Amino acid sequence: MNAAVSVRGLSKRFGAFVAVDRVSFEIGEGEVFGFLGPNGAGKTTTIKMLTGLLDPTSGEARIAGLDVVGDRWALKSRIGYMSQLFSLYGDLTVAENIDLFAGLYGVRGRRREERRAWILEMAGLAGQAGRLTAELPLGFKQRLALGCAVIHGPPVLFLDEPTSGVDPIARRSFWDLIYELSGHGTTVIVSTHYMEEAEYCHRLALMNRGCLIALDRPAVLRASMSEPLLELRTEDPARAVEAVRSLPGVTEASMYGRRLHVLVKDEERARPALAEALRAAGLEIRSIRRIEPALEDVFVARVRAAGG
Amino acid sequence: MTRLSPFRIGQIVRKEVRQLFRDPRSRPILFVAPLIQLLLFGYAVNTDVRNTPMAVLDHDRSAASRRLIDAMEAAGYFDVVHAADRSAELVEYLDRGRATVVLEIPPRFGRDLAAGQPARIQLLLDGTDSNTGTVALGYARRIVLAFGLEEGGRLELLEAGPRLEPRAWFNPALESRTYNVPGVIGILLTLMCLLLTAFSVVRERELGTLDQLRVSPVRPAELILGKTIPVTIVALVDLALITAVARVWFGIPFRGSLMVLLVVSLLFIISGLAAGLLISTVSKTQQEAFLTMYLVLLPSIMFSGFFFPIHSMPELFQWLSYINPLRYFMEIVRALFLKGAGAAELWPQFGALLLIGMVALGWAIRRFARSIA
Repeated sequence: MNAAVSVRGLSKRFGAFVAVDRVSFEIGEGEVFGFLGPNGAGKTTTIKMLTGLLDPTSGEARIAGLDVVGDRWALKSRIGYMSQLFSLYGDLTVAENIDLFAGLYGVRGRRREERRAWILEMAGLAGQAGRLTAELPLGFKQRLALGCAVIHGPPVLFLDEPTSGVDPIARRSFWDLIYELSGHGTTVIVSTHYMEEAEYCHRLALMNRGCLIALDRPAVLRASMSEPLLELRTEDPARAVEAVRSLPGVTEASMYGRRLHVLVKDEERARPALAEALRAAGLEIRSIRRIEPALEDVFVARVRAAGG
Repeated sequence: MTRLSPFRIGQIVRKEVRQLFRDPRSRPILFVAPLIQLLLFGYAVNTDVRNTPMAVLDHDRSAASRRLIDAMEAAGYFDVVHAADRSAELVEYLDRGRATVVLEIPPRFGRDLAAGQPARIQLLLDGTDSNTGTVALGYARRIVLAFGLEEGGRLELLEAGPRLEPRAWFNPALESRTYNVPGVIGILLTLMCLLLTAFSVVRERELGTLDQLRVSPVRPAELILGKTIPVTIVALVDLALITAVARVWFGIPFRGSLMVLLVVSLLFIISGLAAGLLISTVSKTQQEAFLTMYLVLLPSIMFSGFFFPIHSMPELFQWLSYINPLRYFMEIVRALFLKGAGAAELWPQFGALLLIGMVALGWAIRRFARSIA
């Protein structure tokens, strides 16, 4: 596997605030690589450093063998970037947006015609090239923005929270496009705070407070939780969390909507202990079962383990 | 740095032009608002007159003529900036705007006054600045009248006191509009350059499209050119529009050369574009840009000589006005319209505009490049 992106000890400080703290990783060609973490975890800052929008305070990053600082200008034509703000001009038409980015990236002549046709087709905007971009529904804007970001066929594509604010169906079809690009060899780096979206990535980097706290395939990350996870249903989950949190044998207890997720050391011993503790608090267990950990559980556990 | 790509500059220019003319709210700002402002500004402005620069040619060199000059200066209304030897010098002083008033005392003044003959002096006013002209003329009349009474009281020459023959040059009717309308050109060009340049950058920063341009191969210098070329074109169209309305609607004379007006406007626009870019580098939002723009716009108008004559200001502000490009542009445009002056008389102002423009542009490009790189 050739490294499309290789990052070593990358850091960004804003005054005393450390936005990204000595992050290192490698991404292979054609890989879909995800950054998962809450707002302020350093995902966007990392992507901005990799795309040349921000200079790193220290550390090194190379994309397709080019240094993100030293070879900044050579790198521009080899990367694509799409941010959470749809960076298209709402007061230009669909075709005018496409032609602008084609022009800026030096895509001309017949190739431009081909790319324009491909983008219109891919974004579901065939026959609507003359419409003002501002009038398009969000999902279409996003696909058009993606098309404009890859108009020059870059080997590496950065997507910074590309699907925030769209419905699950539009998000799913957006991911079909990402897989299509990846299938043609494009390396895709995507940041998100949607857990379901993180599952779509080939590999996932969990980020919290500027640090990389875990990096692996989603399935491996989930399997890495060796302790059993129990899901409980009771009347008052908020009180129930308080009642079971400090029990011996309970590593972690948290609320997931109306339910409780409890990470325990030993399932057989924990079951009666939990029931007793809840009964003492005047709460009844409606159901209790062992579940497979979701990425969110992994994330919470990892953040705890990392001292966050 | 590699060479600039005219092709990429063209892409940005085309996009900017499309955006400027597409927005139904911004379209009237481009050409209608300047016209409305011109009509509004076309009417009176009040000015207070002190320390009016005066050149004197004393052919008489008598005690009486010296007393008259002293009397002119004593009240603080006039400053004798030059004692001339020849009439041609007086004209030159008026033409270059170095004196607003020139006083010529004929050879037999002292003798005529002493002999009880009608004594005459000649006062020439630069009527370009009608308010200063009118007020200065009033002061001069009073001073001369008082002088005559005083001299006459002693010498019994009351009836044959000196007679003042005022002739306002360049703006014979001393109409304030004739003076103000050319000045409005400077204000409107400043406004358009600051507004359009600063906002076209800051709006993109707010919307996130600036980042999209920054990751693309477009160079900072290409972006600057792509954004300022359309603004320059709009500013020049406004210039033509205002000049035409000034001539046709207000009947303001245009005595200079249109070519000189175009060149000097381009020089001036450079400073405006630079200021607009600088504003964009310190403003994150359009609101910030708006406030910053006013912080720049108001002082530059205040200290341009548009409302208040610069020579009436405290010395500190007079010095500050030397770095204000609008000050020079005002002087040049008024002289072009009303005096028909050309490059020969106006080269110091040209030089100042060029210098300020280049320094400001260099600074703006460096700051802008740093702000987006």
